[in-house]
Amino acid sequence: MGMYRKNRATWLIGLALSGCVISSVAAAAGVESASDSSTPTVSNKLLLTGGVTQVEGSAGGGLTPWAVIGGYGTSDEIGANAFLTHVNLPDYHLDEVGAMVGLYDRVEVSFAQQRFNTEQVGAALGLGRGFTFQQNIIGVKVRLFGDVVLDQDSWLPQVSVGVQHKKNDQAGVLQFIGAKSDEGNDYYVNATKLFLGQSLLVNATLRFTKANQIGILGFGGDRNNSYKPEFEGSVAYLLSRNWAIGAEYRQKPNNLGIAKEDDWYDAFVAWAPNKHVSLTLAYADLGNIVIKDRQRGLYASVQVGF
Amino acid sequence: MFKYSLHATVIATAMLFAQAAMAQDTAPMPEQSAAMAASAPRDPSLKPVFDEFGGRPGLVALMNDFMDNLMADTRTRPYFVDADREHIKVELVDQFCVILDGPCTYSGKDMEKVHRGLGINRAAFNALVEDLQTAMNKHDIPFRAQNKLLAKLAPMHKAVITK
Repeated sequence: MGMYRKNRATWLIGLALSGCVISSVAAAAGVESASDSSTPTVSNKLLLTGGVTQVEGSAGGGLTPWAVIGGYGTSDEIGANAFLTHVNLPDYHLDEVGAMVGLYDRVEVSFAQQRFNTEQVGAALGLGRGFTFQQNIIGVKVRLFGDVVLDQDSWLPQVSVGVQHKKNDQAGVLQFIGAKSDEGNDYYVNATKLFLGQSLLVNATLRFTKANQIGILGFGGDRNNSYKPEFEGSVAYLLSRNWAIGAEYRQKPNNLGIAKEDDWYDAFVAWAPNKHVSLTLAYADLGNIVIKDRQRGLYASVQVGF
Repeated sequence: MFKYSLHATVIATAMLFAQAAMAQDTAPMPEQSAAMAASAPRDPSLKPVFDEFGGRPGLVALMNDFMDNLMADTRTRPYFVDADREHIKVELVDQFCVILDGPCTYSGKDMEKVHRGLGINRAAFNALVEDLQTAMNKHDIPFRAQNKLLAKLAPMHKAVITK
């Protein structure tokens, strides 16, 4: 147990340090590019309007995808991001890496790899201490219409549709706990609106999914094996060009008989010193996960853009 | 097998929607909405914001730094280097002053006419917004007040962005 604590602390300090190093490098790069006489071809969207990277690798808040296309590319440009996320819960932890490309403010393609470590719970369930579920997620999001920043004279939000294809590497264990598949697709439609006069961003997402604990416990189950619509929402308040705070909610299905699944919540603060880096810290309440209740902890994510 | 074809269908449908939306984006704008975007709507609720900008003298000082930023920015400089910058600053002071319900009149030309043929793209427009934000920060204008003005300026992208 003590060793896990220590590892986590090391990981978090590492994450914070890498964020600092990356931001200072990026700041230096920013100064360079400002004095560069050539016209830049990327990074022309306004700061923080591309969101950060959500838990499945799409551009959004921490828990939910937004209708924005990731990266700072405008309709003439391509933008790209890479991210590292760590979620530190009382009885589990999640490590995640990924990258995304935003094409012409129209299409976003993303990849994320999640490693969900069961720590002592793995031992208690006979899987072995530190047993890890690994899930790969490929996401595609397409902006249908609207401009989240510029459409300030209408109520029309920016609207996108997307799919997240997920593949879990523990088919045997998933079958044993009652999941019907080790892979699945989530389909979503989302609407994001920036109320600039109020410095407020609002997002609503409707997701059709069979995923148990976003796919970490497989797809479908003994209790239910059909697609269910689930609601996800975010609000973010912009404090300055570089800082935003907000809260999120994510409704989840309940497909498995062995353990109930709770909806997720978080409250976050995001910091983007420049367009090359952002750091997100959140306090997340993930409720019950298998035999452990009250899984509340720190969510930390660093994103680097090119 | 079925699952994959379903997947493909959804993506194909999404692409179709996207193409339709793209076509919509590039469709010519009706005269009327262009004219509406071009005019500077006076909003009485923004009077307190006018004061936060330091009134008319504040706007004059702001515009000096704004134009300096535009000239120092390689993304925006080409659009201003051969222009009558002093005249543009005067017009911008009047325009912002009217939007914020200040005691001014905006007698400038139609926004769409002025920007026609300049070939301004979204990247250059956003760069201009950033340069304005930098100038407003320098003048310690509160972030919320900045956003209230930007919310009024943002719809003008329809008249300004022609590329």
